[in-house]
Amino acid sequence: MAVQSTIRAIGHQIVNTVWRIGVAARFFFLTLLYSGNSFRRFHLIIKELFSSGVMSLIIIIVAGLFVGMVLGLQGYETLKRYGSESALGVMVALGLVRELGPVMAALLFASRAGSAMTAEIGLMKATEQISAMEMMAVNPIARIVAPRFWAGVISMPLLAALFSAVGIFGGYLVGVVQIGVDEGSFWSQMQAAVDFREDIMNGAIKSLVFGVVVTVIALFEGFDAPPTAEGVSGATTRTVVTSSLAILMLDFVLTAIMFRGA
Amino acid sequence: MERTTLDLWVGMFVVAGAAALVILAMKVGNLGTYNVSETYQVHAYFSNIGGLKPKASIRSAGVLVGRVTSISLNTERYEADVVMSVDKRYQFPKDTFANILTSGLLGEQYIGLVPGGDTETLKNGELIKQTQSAMVLEDLISKFMYSKAAEPSK
Repeated sequence: MAVQSTIRAIGHQIVNTVWRIGVAARFFFLTLLYSGNSFRRFHLIIKELFSSGVMSLIIIIVAGLFVGMVLGLQGYETLKRYGSESALGVMVALGLVRELGPVMAALLFASRAGSAMTAEIGLMKATEQISAMEMMAVNPIARIVAPRFWAGVISMPLLAALFSAVGIFGGYLVGVVQIGVDEGSFWSQMQAAVDFREDIMNGAIKSLVFGVVVTVIALFEGFDAPPTAEGVSGATTRTVVTSSLAILMLDFVLTAIMFRGA
Repeated sequence: MERTTLDLWVGMFVVAGAAALVILAMKVGNLGTYNVSETYQVHAYFSNIGGLKPKASIRSAGVLVGRVTSISLNTERYEADVVMSVDKRYQFPKDTFANILTSGLLGEQYIGLVPGGDTETLKNGELIKQTQSAMVLEDLISKFMYSKAAEPSK
């Protein structure tokens, strides 16, 4: 009997997951469909850019600085063994621009801005603000969801670029200023190794994809949350967990597509 | 918050993000060093390019003078056709030597240009006739083995 109910529970879980993916995809297309209005009322997007983008600036800059400094320190310790400390700049820059910049910025964005989006929309739903909007013939997806979606999509590449730039500065601080790696070779080897299209643009594309995924997950979880205090808290947790996993898995897929054979 | 303050902050955010992208492109990436000066193209055939890649550097007397644009196999000669863009400031004689060299013991490969004595210079689209291919370790070893085997035994 126990086996039967376990199997039934697993099957139910799988069907439920697939069903939720379908609903999320439909939600995503609806968001795109109703985005036109939010561009006509651009101040809505600007308001959301402030709460998701500007408010994430400090955490992104501080985290980027420290990640870059750690990279500089660890990279130096490893490269020293092979007598190639001058390649420190290459290591820091490629690591940040290709991987750590987009991924770390997206993870921070998911926990800083994504969770806030979910909680906000979930609470709107719990306090029946969304039903009230529907009563007034205001489309909640066009009014609430689309501006937040575009704000997330716009701010994610900018935050990732800031993260990488600040991180490289952190690596420079530790590598060149503190340890004393030659400044000329630090920058020149970096410039010789980092390609604009191959590395920087691919990193930007990555962060754009992460921006879409994180905001869609956050908005969907908020919109789908049960209208109770418990439901909103559960949805917020799910946003952070699901989008973090999605970022890391997608990162592998995107890396495999972009950088193979490079 | 008031709308104008909001706009200001968002504007600053967007400007900072865009500036970070530009800094990445110019200072970190190769966009700043890329195509800053006019270049002319020359090409050369090598029987073996070893590990040479597009965008590899072209140096003369150790100074960076250009980059490899493209590498393809010419099926008439079955040799690698390497197209290089060289900075217009640097003119080379017609009988310049192009050698594939390696920087350091295991470093990346680059093309070294050794100028000859001709008074005429290479023009856009012209061919460098004298080339020396990359050293391939297996070839060196097999040459060594053959010469050892050819030696009369004592």
